[in-house]
Amino acid sequence: MGAATQARPARPLLAIEGVSVELPTPRGALRAVAGVSLELAAGRTLGIVGESGSGKTMLSRAVARLLPRRAKLTGAVHFDGHNLAELDAEALRRLRGRSLAFVFQDPMTSLNPVLTIGAQIIETLREHLGLDRSAAVRRAIELLGQVGIPSPDQRLRQYPHQFSGGMRQRVAIAIALSCEPKLLIADEPTTALDVTVQAQILDLLAREQRRRGMAMILITHDLGVVAGRTDEVAVMYAGRVVERAPTHILFKAMRMPYTQALIAAIPKLDAPPHTPLKAISGLPPDLTRPSEGCAFAPRCPYASGRCRQSPPPLTGSGAQQFACWHPLEPAVATAP
Amino acid sequence: MMEPAKDSTETGGEPLLRVEDLVVEYRLAGKVVHAVSGVSFVLARGETLGLVGESGCGKSTLARALLQLTPARSGRVLFDGIDLTTVAGAALRALRRRLQIIFQDPIASLNPRRRVADLIAEPLRIAGVRDEAEHERRMIEVLEAVGLDPSQVRGRFAHEFSGGQCQRICIARALILEPELIVCDEPVSALDVSIRAQILNLLEAMKARYGLTLLFIAHDLAVVKAVSDRVAVMYLGKLCEVAPTEHLFRNPGHPYTALLLQAIPRPDPAAPIPERVALGEPPSPMAPPSGCRFRTRCQRAAARCSEEEPQLTEIAPKQLVACHFPLRGGVEASLAER
Repeated sequence: MGAATQARPARPLLAIEGVSVELPTPRGALRAVAGVSLELAAGRTLGIVGESGSGKTMLSRAVARLLPRRAKLTGAVHFDGHNLAELDAEALRRLRGRSLAFVFQDPMTSLNPVLTIGAQIIETLREHLGLDRSAAVRRAIELLGQVGIPSPDQRLRQYPHQFSGGMRQRVAIAIALSCEPKLLIADEPTTALDVTVQAQILDLLAREQRRRGMAMILITHDLGVVAGRTDEVAVMYAGRVVERAPTHILFKAMRMPYTQALIAAIPKLDAPPHTPLKAISGLPPDLTRPSEGCAFAPRCPYASGRCRQSPPPLTGSGAQQFACWHPLEPAVATAP
Repeated sequence: MMEPAKDSTETGGEPLLRVEDLVVEYRLAGKVVHAVSGVSFVLARGETLGLVGESGCGKSTLARALLQLTPARSGRVLFDGIDLTTVAGAALRALRRRLQIIFQDPIASLNPRRRVADLIAEPLRIAGVRDEAEHERRMIEVLEAVGLDPSQVRGRFAHEFSGGQCQRICIARALILEPELIVCDEPVSALDVSIRAQILNLLEAMKARYGLTLLFIAHDLAVVKAVSDRVAVMYLGKLCEVAPTEHLFRNPGHPYTALLLQAIPRPDPAAPIPERVALGEPPSPMAPPSGCRFRTRCQRAAARCSEEEPQLTEIAPKQLVACHFPLRGGVEASLAER
């Protein structure tokens, strides 16, 4: 398998092909993800940015097949040479522990409150890497040290509630990294944390990603989080990818009006106090009642009749793609 | 012992709110939590003071103590010259008409079983306004002011609205008694970026229209900067810096302010990610460090910092800093400058 991957280096580590996720609700089917295709090469970082309800979390869950039971998933996900749809539950479980790891917004999603954190890391290491007990203990101490937990040999014996929110997230990262995954999916890993702790956790993720050469997907609602820390960014709106570009291009020469509006809405630190903010008018769409045309059209200053009638496909050449009938001119599309 | 609050506002007259050496403590699992430990500040009429700090620093407890929703252990809260900590019952209720609070979670703040029209008019009823026609007139006025169509929304329930719309309803509810002061406790933290800007613009517009004074609490410095005339930085129950907004962002005087500024993620891929030395995490408010409470995370800390507690001192015009070794421009400050 490894040799085959090396023989065809162009093949991405992760390929998401036409993935849709539908969730049943009392008001009808909710189309959380609507035909998303994305690729990620080994060792690269992708930011997925969107507001709540944009489908970014459901997409990441679809990749690992961690969706709610009643969710309907269509499309294909290829990861590290496997078509995930063809794997049985046991093979999926092995893959999720080893080469595909998650860090969630709330570290308690992945930590067991009644086990010491040592027991949890050691279990992971023995289960997936087949280490014996003393080797696993040594490795666990080493990992906790790497993620910046002071006196790791003592903290190994403590329970999750004895850690602060930031320290718990470090433990969750240590467990996620323990089996040297090829892809780490971090879903709003710092949203629940304070700004100083957020900075430390983002620095830690960036450092470990580079050091290990692993691929990473950073999911966030905050464009500031992805700005300096990803190679590429995909912007999602109403279940679709509406723009995808190398990070430095996205911020400077976005083509999709939603991307422009999202960046413009952030309060600028260099603006004087009481500068009116560039708000996006209106509300995000109701996904149980998908619109005929572009989902952003009701809030878009450039929308025309065509936008309200037919959905724009994701088009564009090379690295930058966008879904818009009236894209911003590349030359004038500078950050407002 | 009790230091008079320093008046660093533009206006010379008596401020609308004067907080003097306020202390709030409570017991948790047999230990004393030092939530607010001797906070003093003033808020002039028509001013917006931003209050920033990390979770657990006591900023929400301070907000609740100002409105007498949490008892203060000691200190005074002078609202238009009246010490709120000494009034109770009907007198306090009458004063409460003049100060309102908006919370972080707009959906949880609204009774799910009441219709919008009732939710908005409820404060009037509690305040003893009996005239139904007056209720109607004022309800329509405030709903229109916050950008909601009264005929569309009045009969609906909170769960039918998004977070941003619920926050508009909460703002309308806070406005209906025509208060003088509104304490906004993280009013946009739960909202999406695209909605956040709408609500911040609305608060600014309401402030101008109704001549409000605002205490704006947030952990996001960029949000605070957008709306505040002055900013107070709180750490572990104490104010460590108070300064005019622009000055604070250009020349942070307290090392903690500089750390906060440096930690904000910038929406600019070209901005270098600053080299960070161990920032650590705040200690427990149950066992705050001796002397300066920030010293355990401070690179500049010296022996004096553990022995002697620094007091808020004016290091530049209107800039109060509680630090024995404040930053004064130069290299360190420019590192944090944005």
